[in-house]
Amino acid sequence: MGALKQYIDFYRTNSAEIDANSAPALNALRQKALEALDGKELPHKGEENYEVTDVDALFAPDYGINVNRRPLDVDIAEAFRCDVPNMSTWLYVAVGDIYRSSRTAGLNMPASVIVGSLREAAIAHPEIVAKYYGKYASLDDAHVALNSLLAQDGLLVYVPSGVVLERPVQLVNIMNAAAKIMAFRRILVVVEDGAQARLLVCDHTQKVDEDCLASQVVEIYVGADATFDYYDIEETGVHTHRVSSLFVHQEAGSNVLVDGITLMNGTSRNDYRIDFCGEHAETRLLGMAISNGDQHIDNHTFIAHNAAACTSNELFKYVLDDNAQGAFSGKILVAPDCPKTEAYQSNRNICASPTAKMHTKPQLEIYTDDVKCGHGATVGQLDQEALFYMRTRGIPYDDARTMLMQAFMSDVIDAVRLDNLRDRLHHLVEKRFDGSLALCRDCGNACHNNSLNNKNNNK
Amino acid sequence: MLVVNDLHASVEGKEILKGVNLSVNPGEVHAIMGPNGSGKSTLSAVLTGNPAYTVTGGSVEFCGKDLLSLSPENRAHEGIFLSFQYPVEIPGVSMVNFMRAALNAKRKYHGLDPLTASDFLKLMREKRAVVQLDNKLASRSVNEGFSGGEKKRNEIFQMAMLEPKLSILDETDSGLDIDALRIVAGGVNQLRSENNATIVITHYQRLLDYIKPDFVHVLYKGRIVKTGGPDLALILEDKGYDWIKEEIDNQQA
Repeated sequence: MGALKQYIDFYRTNSAEIDANSAPALNALRQKALEALDGKELPHKGEENYEVTDVDALFAPDYGINVNRRPLDVDIAEAFRCDVPNMSTWLYVAVGDIYRSSRTAGLNMPASVIVGSLREAAIAHPEIVAKYYGKYASLDDAHVALNSLLAQDGLLVYVPSGVVLERPVQLVNIMNAAAKIMAFRRILVVVEDGAQARLLVCDHTQKVDEDCLASQVVEIYVGADATFDYYDIEETGVHTHRVSSLFVHQEAGSNVLVDGITLMNGTSRNDYRIDFCGEHAETRLLGMAISNGDQHIDNHTFIAHNAAACTSNELFKYVLDDNAQGAFSGKILVAPDCPKTEAYQSNRNICASPTAKMHTKPQLEIYTDDVKCGHGATVGQLDQEALFYMRTRGIPYDDARTMLMQAFMSDVIDAVRLDNLRDRLHHLVEKRFDGSLALCRDCGNACHNNSLNNKNNNK
Repeated sequence: MLVVNDLHASVEGKEILKGVNLSVNPGEVHAIMGPNGSGKSTLSAVLTGNPAYTVTGGSVEFCGKDLLSLSPENRAHEGIFLSFQYPVEIPGVSMVNFMRAALNAKRKYHGLDPLTASDFLKLMREKRAVVQLDNKLASRSVNEGFSGGEKKRNEIFQMAMLEPKLSILDETDSGLDIDALRIVAGGVNQLRSENNATIVITHYQRLLDYIKPDFVHVLYKGRIVKTGGPDLALILEDKGYDWIKEEIDNQQA
């Protein structure tokens, strides 16, 4: 049964400690997860929707799991590196999978709102966690089942009906270990009817030379006429791998934006599943990946239009250089009797080197007549005419190349609905392309990064 | 300033330029005319270093330097400018960032500090006036959504910003109505001085009514086959190119 076996054995041996260091509302899911894993394997490369990514292999190494919740040494100041200027957030920090609050956590937050450790919330407010936890993430997915079997804590964002959170909530995930370690992370977001909230998640790695793995399951419930934005920025290291499964449940009239941004990583596989369960709901699903060296980024999206008159608009963009490998597979399903559906999907990619590879697979499955749907996928190189035009104006080749790559990403960045984050992303992307992204500069291994603006040999 | 000597060039293995000779001195305006496919645009592409074209023979000297050994950006820094027949749209790159990158790269090449933001914007404002380019266009992405006339005016605006020694205007009149043509030509004339030179590539005499050439050359089958004064353009307007084609083809036969 491949890589799963060691985790199931681990669970059987340590289930008492796992339960003891978690909470009943989370423990309640473990038996179901174990049953769901019976006879299953983690996806192997080559299976449908896993054409280029071997999830099983990602879980195969013998990683350490911090069952007994020992505090990990971490420089919290580092977490503030991703402080977005002029944007004040309610900040929470997770080191591995241990959650901590910062000075700004909960400060002046409406009293009815709960944000913080999922484990603590599951003890203090078991009725809320039990009502939503595990209800949207499908245990049919082996990764979700594995995460549900072993996750002990996470972040809860609970915004009751009609409450508007003025400031975004920010979660900074920090991986840091002297040895190979993995974290089972969980995020549960509940935005009840008419409420509004935004969550910004930033992944960072300290001590980037050690292999580590994050398994992440995100469940998002968005009630009727509620609004929710989710931004997920991965800015880790070339030895940090991640498997993430995100589920969004949208009620009627809700409006959701989900944005997955991969700036620096090792191997990442992100699944995005959106379910429309009420009419006139809207989703903007965005993704952006910048990869070079031997980085690998695979995004899989599935948007299910199960209700009439919903709108989904999906845009994923990749720039791949060196030997980077990218994959995108996106499916839009329009169920029977869902007239007035509008669904658009677009995946645009640039392979900036001859050895970079992009795999793209758009899919539309439509069972209703009266719909507007469209999809498009392109893989290309930088526009040689534009490059020459810029050079005739005196812009050096490397700079022109960087400007074009940045320009290619501009529409997906401009779709961000948080003004200060949008400006910050333009800046981060610029730094990413010119090789000066702080983390990468500091790390001996991630220095491939420099090559993105060093293509003199291609002249 | 510019000395082109027996220049041969090919694209995708096909020889287009077959021995071009041309000398341009400061203060001069040269018109290069010729029928379709004679190599006019190839000449401008080769002079600016378009990597799609291969130089197979000959030499080009520009202000004492071997032009062909320079990269396109360094040719620009040395003072060569091409106004494109079809200016390229660059979505996502704002005119302001584009011009700032170009201007500061040139300043760096010549050992100068970058312009301050306020000096740069002042310069933009001043030079926009040369071709009456709307401020709204200057804040948009490069050429994106510009009309044909706006694109050509934008080319001359860039020329005004970069103050080249030698400007090559490749079919700047194509796609222009008469008002836009006047504005563009007016801009070019304003920028003329005794220290710079202009090469005007065109099909038609019309543009030369506005930008008066000192010399008119006819390019045919990859060679300059006839050179004269402004009168030559009028003769061509009247008689077409057939008589030159016949003359040359008979000589070769």
